Amino acid sequence: MISISIISLIIVIVPLILILYYTVSKGINYINWDFFTQMPKPVGEEGGGMANALVGTGILVGIGSALGIPIGVMAGIYLADKEKSWFASTVRFLTEVMNGIPSIVVGVVAYILIVIPMKRFSALAGGIALGILMIPLITRTTEEMIRLVPHSFREAGLGLGIPRWKTTIFIVLPAALKGIFTGILLSIARAAGETAPLLFTALGNRFWSVQLDQPIASMTVFIYDYAKAPFDDWNQQAWAASFVLIVLVLLLNILFRVVTRKRYAA
Amino acid sequence: MDNEVIQEIPKEEDKTTVSRMYTKSLSAFFGKHQALFDISLKIPKNKVLAIIGPSGCGKSTFLRSLNRMHEEVGGTIKGHVFLDGENIMEKDPVNLRRKVGMVFQKPNPFPTMSISENVVSGLKLNGTGNKKKLNEIAESCLKKAALWDEVKDHLNKPGNSISGGQQQRLCIARTLAVEPEVILMDEPASALDPISTAKIEELIFELKHKYTIVIVTHNMQQASRISDYTAFFYLGKLIELDKTTNIFTAPNLKQTEDYVTGRFG
Repeated sequence: MISISIISLIIVIVPLILILYYTVSKGINYINWDFFTQMPKPVGEEGGGMANALVGTGILVGIGSALGIPIGVMAGIYLADKEKSWFASTVRFLTEVMNGIPSIVVGVVAYILIVIPMKRFSALAGGIALGILMIPLITRTTEEMIRLVPHSFREAGLGLGIPRWKTTIFIVLPAALKGIFTGILLSIARAAGETAPLLFTALGNRFWSVQLDQPIASMTVFIYDYAKAPFDDWNQQAWAASFVLIVLVLLLNILFRVVTRKRYAA
Repeated sequence: MDNEVIQEIPKEEDKTTVSRMYTKSLSAFFGKHQALFDISLKIPKNKVLAIIGPSGCGKSTFLRSLNRMHEEVGGTIKGHVFLDGENIMEKDPVNLRRKVGMVFQKPNPFPTMSISENVVSGLKLNGTGNKKKLNEIAESCLKKAALWDEVKDHLNKPGNSISGGQQQRLCIARTLAVEPEVILMDEPASALDPISTAKIEELIFELKHKYTIVIVTHNMQQASRISDYTAFFYLGKLIELDKTTNIFTAPNLKQTEDYVTGRFG
């Protein structure tokens, strides 16, 4: 039994190590200061960077978070509070369905709802698509983390004559905050790594743009475009961008761990 | 038909024990299961009323229905509970619980708050913002709960960083800060060691001068040590209510005698 477990473990870990090994070994040589500060160069010119894609991913994830975090957290609080009502059960079921929807379908929805009426690809459409992807993840972790807070804290609050909503927000929620942060982090990491929903919403952009109603570059679409391009130096830049993306997600993880290591962390 | 009559406190008691809280044919249900049957009793003022009985006899349900905490565990009640002449089911449960506080079996200080924040949490979350006043209240309540000397040097440490017995006294201090009239205690010492238990009992003895206390306990020695009156519950019914000395030395009913002498239950 143990040997089967160990073999399974190796099967799980090997691809992870391979991914890390290839992105690091192929990407690290191409990482330099220019890569972060320069714009992409026209075809045929050496060098250049992906400053616009870096900023673009930041903006897209920012829009997604602005939409996904408040809605997700509030929905999670609601579901944890109204455990058994039929409405909560329905919402919970739909959240799970939403969690399983392929991200490209979310992209199509954003395309139909935002890109077509606006008659152009835009950062807004991409950000909203990412936000829709983040909502179910955040809702589920928020609900689960709040449920993990012992019922006795809620009872203690209510027993002190504290209104139910204040008990939830000021007593139960702080005790669950660390887990909720982790859920938010996971959803941000997922959003930052999404390509499919951005392809026909944010589209990508070879030029500098921070306008929300214009197409915007992102690291994932940058990788997608550069990896399939027939130029060797573009392919190398795609490796480099992959490496940066992985490091960013890792840094995000570390950052959130530091932030949530608070004095009274439960 | 005996149950229809509200069990009276023995007549020879002085008038200060006139109760402000009483129940009238109170029944409680969890779904279809009936947990309490027609309980009518008066809660003596500024005294300690102990509720004893075997597990599952409805002690905790009765206690919880006195400040509507039964609603939090999915219970419903029939009949009446009166506090100062008002039916509590017609009152706002939030205001009711400020008047009828509760201490739970397991110490449950808020882990995300410091010791002093824990004490004043009820006030702070109900809008008292004056920091100086809150600090004074924290100090006086910790003193009333006989905890001040042990924690005065680390008031800013998390509420769950102290020992279990200290945590339970912190929870009592927290309840006192809201200035309730009645304090309900659900086996407050059953999770504690004997020394901490002794401290909690001493504290209850002190507190009854200012508060009306109802305590559920499994421990009959504890009931006989700290309470003035004892109610014996069995299978959701109030079997007997009398002065504690009578219950433990000369109960009226054979059933009570069997229980307190350990012959059943």
